[in-house]
Amino acid sequence: MEVCEIMTESAEIKKIKNFSLNVRKNILEMAVSAGASSAHFGGALSITEIVSTLFAHHLRIDKNNPNWEDRDRFILSKGHACLAYYAALCEIGYISKDELKTFEKDDTNLLGHPVINRKLGIDFSNGSLGMGLSLGIGVAISSKKKKKDFNIYVIIGDGECNEGSVWEAAMAAPNFKLNNLYAIIDKNNFQQTGSNKEIMDVDSLKDKWTSFGWHCKEVDGHNIQELHNFFLESQKINKPKAIIANTVKGKGFSFSENNNAWHHSVLTKSFYEKALNELKKNYN
Amino acid sequence: MNIDEKNIKTWSTIGPRATLGIVALELAKEIDNLMVLTCDVSTSAGLDRYRKTYPEKYLDLGIAEQNMIGVAAGLASENFNVITTTFAPFQTMRCCEQIKVNLGYMGQKICMVGIASGLALGTLGYTHCCIEDIGVLRSIPEITIISPADSLETVKALQAAVKFNKPTYIRLTGSANNPIVYKKDYNFEIGKSITLKEGKDISIFSSGSMVYKSLEAAKILESKNISTKVVNMHTIKPIDKAAILKACDSKLIVSIEEHNIVGGLGSAIAECKALLSKSPKQLFIGVQDRYSKGGSYKFLLEKNRLTSEKIVEDIFEEFNK
Repeated sequence: MEVCEIMTESAEIKKIKNFSLNVRKNILEMAVSAGASSAHFGGALSITEIVSTLFAHHLRIDKNNPNWEDRDRFILSKGHACLAYYAALCEIGYISKDELKTFEKDDTNLLGHPVINRKLGIDFSNGSLGMGLSLGIGVAISSKKKKKDFNIYVIIGDGECNEGSVWEAAMAAPNFKLNNLYAIIDKNNFQQTGSNKEIMDVDSLKDKWTSFGWHCKEVDGHNIQELHNFFLESQKINKPKAIIANTVKGKGFSFSENNNAWHHSVLTKSFYEKALNELKKNYN
Repeated sequence: MNIDEKNIKTWSTIGPRATLGIVALELAKEIDNLMVLTCDVSTSAGLDRYRKTYPEKYLDLGIAEQNMIGVAAGLASENFNVITTTFAPFQTMRCCEQIKVNLGYMGQKICMVGIASGLALGTLGYTHCCIEDIGVLRSIPEITIISPADSLETVKALQAAVKFNKPTYIRLTGSANNPIVYKKDYNFEIGKSITLKEGKDISIFSSGSMVYKSLEAAKILESKNISTKVVNMHTIKPIDKAAILKACDSKLIVSIEEHNIVGGLGSAIAECKALLSKSPKQLFIGVQDRYSKGGSYKFLLEKNRLTSEKIVEDIFEEFNK
């Protein structure tokens, strides 16, 4: 098990920030190597800080034992954002840099939506939207029955909240008193073919989740300190927890931020170079 | 479970749904990690005693079948042995994509039980009848489909399915006072059909409620000097190819099912036969790809020509063509 040293808060934040830089770098490497097959770029970048805060610090995982029964479970319900997931699993050491380059290649383990593979740290297949939270509830109930103390973290898209099955699950979790379950809603305000407002308005998400019986808070989904604080402070709250993470689709690169053309697109060599330069500049 | 004459009669009287509840009670005694999940149908599924006796092994998800399958998959991934059950249309089609992804694609081992499948709920209309479940599920890889012939076979199928290492769907047809096919214990094996009666001229393959009707029809055909074999094809997927091959020396193969003739047992047999260079004609007896006006179970069986007399008429006509 990776032993977390006692660090000052700023050191923790620094570690997560550095992790997020590497996640973005890995995302770029995968997206560029995918070439013409395109990659879901925007929605992966909007969850980069969320994934980094979880994988760099909050998830209780053992890099040498992906089947550890007491590990925290992570479910990427918005499976198309798997670039960020694979990137984080690479930083943890579950996926090698070489394997990252097989993204969306023939016979790969790393398709454009996650496929169950315990060795690589992927507990569930996802991709069809609206299914991840139900899986999380099943695991959370199992954890309670086995008297385990691990948490379950599920990332859901705001567009994904169009799916009725999300709300079936949202209704069930408080019923079963699952205080070990976290739903993180990536509110980047876009879905595949336009803004939420244009396609299907999912406004007042905080009110919706709160009224369903969740402890719910809105945070800046790119502010590592805010995310970190939420995960720390909400531990003892005796309800399932939901974070409405206000994010920017395509976050981190001038050409992709809030530009929905980057929902699923080809990262050309020149965009790749531009993105690398921006990373250097922005992270210094 | 004690399989004796008295219990077989009781299970037959109470029908497959109440029998499910009794089996669940027994399974919970033996299996520590058993979980039974329903969607607000505990009474209909005969689970009232079960939920009171084993509240820790029971979950009601409310009227939310998609969530039920997802929760079941989450539990299965943590090594719980999960049975889900609700009325057949809602157990299969309402949550079809969850079944595809969680049971098919991901391979989570769950035993789904569709209650009151076929035409038993005819007075409630075709929203509650289920003549499509086999067709829909058969198109999803990795899911085993079982349709028990009577209440004892319901017991045997459930026992086998919870021990099986793959996802399964058990389709319960018939109602209370379910006719008895098996009067005593026998060997049940998933994927292996059972020849109930030998015969040379015609081979009938049937499943679920139609097995008893096929036996009755065969008796009538015998009285007309038509030697008829009856095979209980309790497992529809994977289909028992050897049994079909063996039946190809008959003059006619007949499939009989309380299901649409598209996609069900008949289709599975025809797909197998299509590969053979020579095989007899096949008569598809079942619901003829239509939604009729509703009515009682008896009325609908009659209307869809699924009584032993109508079955004989249709076979006789085809056989003498």
